[in-house]
Amino acid sequence: MTIYRFLVRFKYPDPRSAGFLADARALGFAALQRLECQDLYFIEGQLSAGEAQQLALKLLTDPVTQTASWEAQSAEGELLAVEVAYRPGVTDPVAHETLRAARELGFEGVQHTATGLRFLLDGLDQAQAEKLTRQLLANPVIQHWAMGQISPSFPEETESSGEVEIIPLRDESEAGLLALSQNRRAALDLPEMQAMQAYFRREGRDPTDVEFEMFAQTWSEHCVHKTFKALVEVREERIVNGQNQILTSHLDSIIKTYLKAATDAIAAPWVRSAFVDNAGIVDFDEEFEISFKAETHNHPSAVEPFGGANTGVGGVIRDILGVSAKPIANTDVLCFGPQNLVPAHVPEGVLHPRRIQSGVVAGVQDYGNKIGIPTVNGAILYDDGYTANPLVFCGCVGIAPKGLHHKDPRPGDRIIILGGRTGRDGLRGATFSSMTMDAQTGEVSGASVQIGDPITEKGLIDVITRARDLALYSDITDCGAGGLSSAVGEMTSQRGGEVELKAVRLKYPGLAPWEIWLSEAQERMVLAVPPQNLPALQTLCDTFNTELTDIGAVTDTGRIRITYGGETVLDLENEFLHNGIPQRRLVAALPAAEQETNGQKMRQDEQTLTPAIFASQLYALLSSPNIASKAPVIRLYDHEVQGACAVKPLTGIEMDAPSDAAVLKPMGVRGSRGIVLSNGINPEYGKRDSYKMAWAVIDEAIRNAVAVGADPQRIALLDNFCWGDPTRPETMGSLVQAARGCYDAALFFQAPFISGKDSLNNEYLGADGLRHSIPPTLLISALGMVEDVSAAVTMDFKAPGSDLYIVGDFQPLFGGSQLAKLRPDWNLGADPLPSLSPHTPQVYRALHQAIRAGLVLAAHDLSEGGLAVTAAEMCIGGRMGAALKFGERDEALRVLFGETTGCLLVEVAPQHRRAFLDFFADLPFTWVGKTASHPHLDVTLYGAPVLHASLDEILQAFAPPSP
Amino acid sequence: MPPKTLILQAYGTNRDDDVAEALTLAGALPCEVPLNELRAGKQRFADFDMLVLPGGFSYADALGAGKLLALDLTSYFAEEIAAFVASGKPVLGICNGFQALVKAGILPGDLPASPEEDAITLTFNACGHFECRWVHLAPVSQTCLWTRDLPDTIFCPVSHGEGNFQASLNSRLAALAANDQIALTYIRPDGSPANGEYPHNPNGSLLDIAGICNPQGNVLGLMPHPENHIHPWQHPLHTRGEHGGLGLALFQRAVASGK
Repeated sequence: MTIYRFLVRFKYPDPRSAGFLADARALGFAALQRLECQDLYFIEGQLSAGEAQQLALKLLTDPVTQTASWEAQSAEGELLAVEVAYRPGVTDPVAHETLRAARELGFEGVQHTATGLRFLLDGLDQAQAEKLTRQLLANPVIQHWAMGQISPSFPEETESSGEVEIIPLRDESEAGLLALSQNRRAALDLPEMQAMQAYFRREGRDPTDVEFEMFAQTWSEHCVHKTFKALVEVREERIVNGQNQILTSHLDSIIKTYLKAATDAIAAPWVRSAFVDNAGIVDFDEEFEISFKAETHNHPSAVEPFGGANTGVGGVIRDILGVSAKPIANTDVLCFGPQNLVPAHVPEGVLHPRRIQSGVVAGVQDYGNKIGIPTVNGAILYDDGYTANPLVFCGCVGIAPKGLHHKDPRPGDRIIILGGRTGRDGLRGATFSSMTMDAQTGEVSGASVQIGDPITEKGLIDVITRARDLALYSDITDCGAGGLSSAVGEMTSQRGGEVELKAVRLKYPGLAPWEIWLSEAQERMVLAVPPQNLPALQTLCDTFNTELTDIGAVTDTGRIRITYGGETVLDLENEFLHNGIPQRRLVAALPAAEQETNGQKMRQDEQTLTPAIFASQLYALLSSPNIASKAPVIRLYDHEVQGACAVKPLTGIEMDAPSDAAVLKPMGVRGSRGIVLSNGINPEYGKRDSYKMAWAVIDEAIRNAVAVGADPQRIALLDNFCWGDPTRPETMGSLVQAARGCYDAALFFQAPFISGKDSLNNEYLGADGLRHSIPPTLLISALGMVEDVSAAVTMDFKAPGSDLYIVGDFQPLFGGSQLAKLRPDWNLGADPLPSLSPHTPQVYRALHQAIRAGLVLAAHDLSEGGLAVTAAEMCIGGRMGAALKFGERDEALRVLFGETTGCLLVEVAPQHRRAFLDFFADLPFTWVGKTASHPHLDVTLYGAPVLHASLDEILQAFAPPSP
Repeated sequence: MPPKTLILQAYGTNRDDDVAEALTLAGALPCEVPLNELRAGKQRFADFDMLVLPGGFSYADALGAGKLLALDLTSYFAEEIAAFVASGKPVLGICNGFQALVKAGILPGDLPASPEEDAITLTFNACGHFECRWVHLAPVSQTCLWTRDLPDTIFCPVSHGEGNFQASLNSRLAALAANDQIALTYIRPDGSPANGEYPHNPNGSLLDIAGICNPQGNVLGLMPHPENHIHPWQHPLHTRGEHGGLGLALFQRAVASGK
């Protein structure tokens, strides 16, 4: 069969080539003079000359901007060429659509299509070009490349033998069991392997590979959360009567003891579902309910940033579909290594943080924008600790009419796959995410990462929301980590089920039965459908170009049985499969309590600090990566699709200031009510004290929501824990402390958790033999309600001459602060971390009442960078200045840059001062000054100027114009 | 009778519900129709009073935004759409719908049969990436039934990566201007022309073109999303007491034109 090669190039310098060139320069390839990126299309089959010409001109080229050639090209002149193409089996929607369109044009001879990129590199020698290709242009996880011309690869046409391997397990020694677990990358420990061994001894046979893999998946950390359900021996060092003693206690399951316990204790009547389904669900109004879920996709994003983040977004959207809801908003919180890291300092086997960020952001953008879900809230954080282990938190919110989501599969219901086909994608992703990565991970786990196909998933939304309204299905679950094994396993866990694997539609032949069962191919949902409803569901699927595959039935046997061509390849007892995992036993060593220094003494002599020094600290903070504007990234995401955004991620006169939270009025709801989405995260605290971190980030998430008008008594939370290896007692200790903080803070605010997720083993064994671990990181996502989206409040100053108040107990400290991180030479870190004032819930309630009464012009939380940064951001939003005044007791550096919890800066019109303060009669607040028409942020201390920062310089620092 | 409006749902359309809400508010009767139902003959273009091609990423933007939807329009519906356009009924393509109308040759509507020499396109933004931001638009064309007599400027978001209006011939630009086919242009907040300056002109479009119409004026294509500014609380500065510039006006204008 002939392979035709089409090359499409721009007639003029194009933005994509410019982007690659800029990235290459940033990686240190200064000699690169010119880079031109061209598109390659490979078509296998028979084409007449006329058909080839028509394909090139009608389909593959834009007549205004591009030219095409379709004969073999030799490298041009002196330039080096590198060509990059996908590995076989990697999702390639462009190739797929090209094939479909060629047939639509009537070219029946086209058999296969593939795409690629050709890079012309001017100024590099061969060795440099190869290095650049590895560092930027190609990722071996999903692509192959060649200097000169590449040969495209098409999926091999091999028949599956259907062969099933029997794994001799019953007679294995302990060492043999562990070796087996490791060789098959099962990530099961000895007690788990022994439990499986005992089961098969009882069954009187050895397992098939399908059965072994299903156990590895069902019992994986990712799917069963064994660390969070473990029996933990907690050791605490205490000084009793001057002597060190170890106190030991036991904790039976972090989830039960702390997270679910908090929700149970709060017993909020508006929580409809917590911790049981794919996502947590709360009431919206009489008619609708809102669901919310956040997931992580850290390990995949480390090895293939675009695909990892892309499928992370796709995965959490399916969680929302899994509760029969229409997805209406995405959230994304991203943690990366420093973008300016010297390339030589990047550990072996790790991608440069700059490449990780650009790939992850592009992956989030691609999926969310294409599927048509607005990305409305998030954060980007930078720390050395995330260099090898980036964190990618993807959240999704859904809305559904009440009473239409069911999970009650009945015997005889058909088990249906909707959506994409099954390939060798993401095999063992569930266990992959449960292991520490090493320098080889990128190579051996290649199959664990895929690229998403958002348009196929859009079809799932269209079909499932309609099928729900027509009550066509009795159960629904997403196909995520663990693939069919996990989804069908869960669906049949109560009653039983039978599946014929040969019925599963494949992207390409050649998959072994266990691969079909475990494949994590994206964009699939599994439904249980009463047989009489199948024709109606098929009609919906035909209308929305979605494939429907009937693979089996729900039974009442209490077992799951899988066949391949009629031969049984798996037959397991549900009770043991789902409940037989031995409870993991772990040891937690609690960190010694931080010495409470009074924190008032620091190296830096206050007397030597001049206004110029204060101003330069402010500008340095505003331009530091953790605080500087994220607008260039935010604008890559569509936050307007679905028309719901009443408070957008960027706000203020020039729409370039950071909102505290997003406010959405979902399309189709009656009245004026809306939802609020916000988050809290602070790894600086995690490094010091995970208990206080939990308090601080729960407070931050709630405070952000309250700032825009959310009712503090109607806030639901999601927890996402990202930690290191829990088998290390210190790591487990900090995890236990954080969970305890979650419990205490949730009760304090009466804010229940409705869902949560953990990602452990975020560690990296470098080629240097050292462990690289992330800072313990807890993301809290908050879902609140506003009664009237038109009355929401934004953080931009509204009018000169308003009064400014700090509400809350303003006790700034440098512990964990951004200034302490920025100025290690000032030795500020000796301060403790802030503790939350007991008045905080009342303060938030009072502020909420003041907002409801229309008395608040602007509100913004005091967070990273302290009061000065908060005020500067509000000045940016309103394009006006402010004059702040403090008294003699205050220490200027601390007032300006110390950090607090529980405080907001609030703008109030002078005529509303009295009414506003009535709400704060017995609560802590401080009048700190007034907004001003002049473009300066001025601060005086007892009359003496300590800061005089111009709005221009503030803007220049916070959001420098792009070059 | 509210005009019955066909909202075409292609594979990857995603602002269909947004535009349906805008049409409802404007007094039309929106009907979301999957492309496959038109192909199967279950619905017919001729049975509708207006046609809207909404925004989205039809066929994932493979081979260029709107390209493969345009192929569908020309492969399956060429005659029906030609008849619909010729009947003078209002047709609107927003964002991806605009891209498809252009790449199918329905806009500007009078190109030569062989497009190699004289073509227009919507290509990659000059800034090099997708961007979501609010823009100000001036309704220009008095021929276009969607923009004729619109009293105010429109304030609404753009959200695209390929919205840069380019033409292979300067004479084509001159003809668009001369025929009053430049329907909407990007302007500064004060109403003066953007003159190509980013971000007021967000994508580098020639002549600040945000939307064009066919010579008859019944077919409008535009990159920005007027359907995402139909409620006062969607205005980015509503918390500052600002309002106005509703994109709803455009839909109301088209509905009124049929009366």
